[in-house]
Amino acid sequence: MHLAQLNVAHMRAPMDSPELADFMAALEPIYKISDATPGFVWRLKEGDTPQDLIQHAYGDYLVVNLSVWESRDTLWDFVYRSAHLGVMQRRREWFLRIAEPYTVMWWIPEGPEPTLAEGMERLELLRAEGPTPRAFTFREFYDSNEAAWRPAAAEVRK
Amino acid sequence: MRRAVYDYVASQGREVGRNEAAEAAGVQRTLAAFHLDKLVDAGLLESGFRRLTEKTGPGSGRPAKVYRRAPGEWQVSVPARDYRTLALALAETVDLLGGDERAEEAARRAGSRLAERGEDLGEVLRRRGYEPYEEGSRVRLRNCPFHLMAEEHPLLICSMNLELCRGLLEGLGEDPERARLDARPGECCVSFSKTNEH
Repeated sequence: MHLAQLNVAHMRAPMDSPELADFMAALEPIYKISDATPGFVWRLKEGDTPQDLIQHAYGDYLVVNLSVWESRDTLWDFVYRSAHLGVMQRRREWFLRIAEPYTVMWWIPEGPEPTLAEGMERLELLRAEGPTPRAFTFREFYDSNEAAWRPAAAEVRK
Repeated sequence: MRRAVYDYVASQGREVGRNEAAEAAGVQRTLAAFHLDKLVDAGLLESGFRRLTEKTGPGSGRPAKVYRRAPGEWQVSVPARDYRTLALALAETVDLLGGDERAEEAARRAGSRLAERGEDLGEVLRRRGYEPYEEGSRVRLRNCPFHLMAEEHPLLICSMNLELCRGLLEGLGEDPERARLDARPGECCVSFSKTNEH
């Protein structure tokens, strides 16, 4: 199984504004690091340059990131144990603080790539029900074997 | 003696053979081996077998016993004290209140009280459990003193740790900008420039 992760952020200003300039400039070096991190499998891309933010219908100021990793540890090492940490630390300069979860993970079979729509559904699920084997977080994490048997167990109870 | 053997293995950040540990501690190989195995029994070190030379096949000898620090964490407190449970609850509160900037300011003030003007940075870091070592033009930190907290609340704790380190520098009368976030798997998130040129 592979681990899919979606994160979303609401920009404080348009992407071409001076407020967002440092964020836009950080995209290229950070994607270079993510794509070279051991355990990185895939990420959703829009155009040819790192500054081509993913186009979607969930709001003009919403930045989305969807990626696939081999394991929790490899994703963790990229998110919190690389230069990405310093960029995240500056998130308040660029993005609004939101009270609800803004990142979600779930297990997928190896091969087919997840879609943004699927990721947004998982995020909604996390927001509605809290962490479950189908939509969870680093802090409340579910192993792939739990994710595999729990939905089946739920079916049996119905 | 046993402490010296442990300190040496822990400070290497890699597997260490019996000969090497004996040389570092200045004792016989058998005595070093005795202490190394006692440390494994106590759960402070882990052992394994590995070939220390490139030779393979017949005549290359059996693999050597090697040691490295165990990943587990030990805390001893008499009488019993439990600061972790409370620290985790407070970190969650900071998150809920969106108070991370205030927490960083508090960490900076706390850091500045932990060092005296003119003290040696490496010595202060060692005393605080950071296990500093030099790499190129920077001083890196092998141990995160807040590891468990940083696993639960990485953004908050790493940001507070950076400010705490900058506070330390202020306490020493040094440029706080010598410290910056420089995260790496398995180590502390902060590193320092050796000089005032960043």
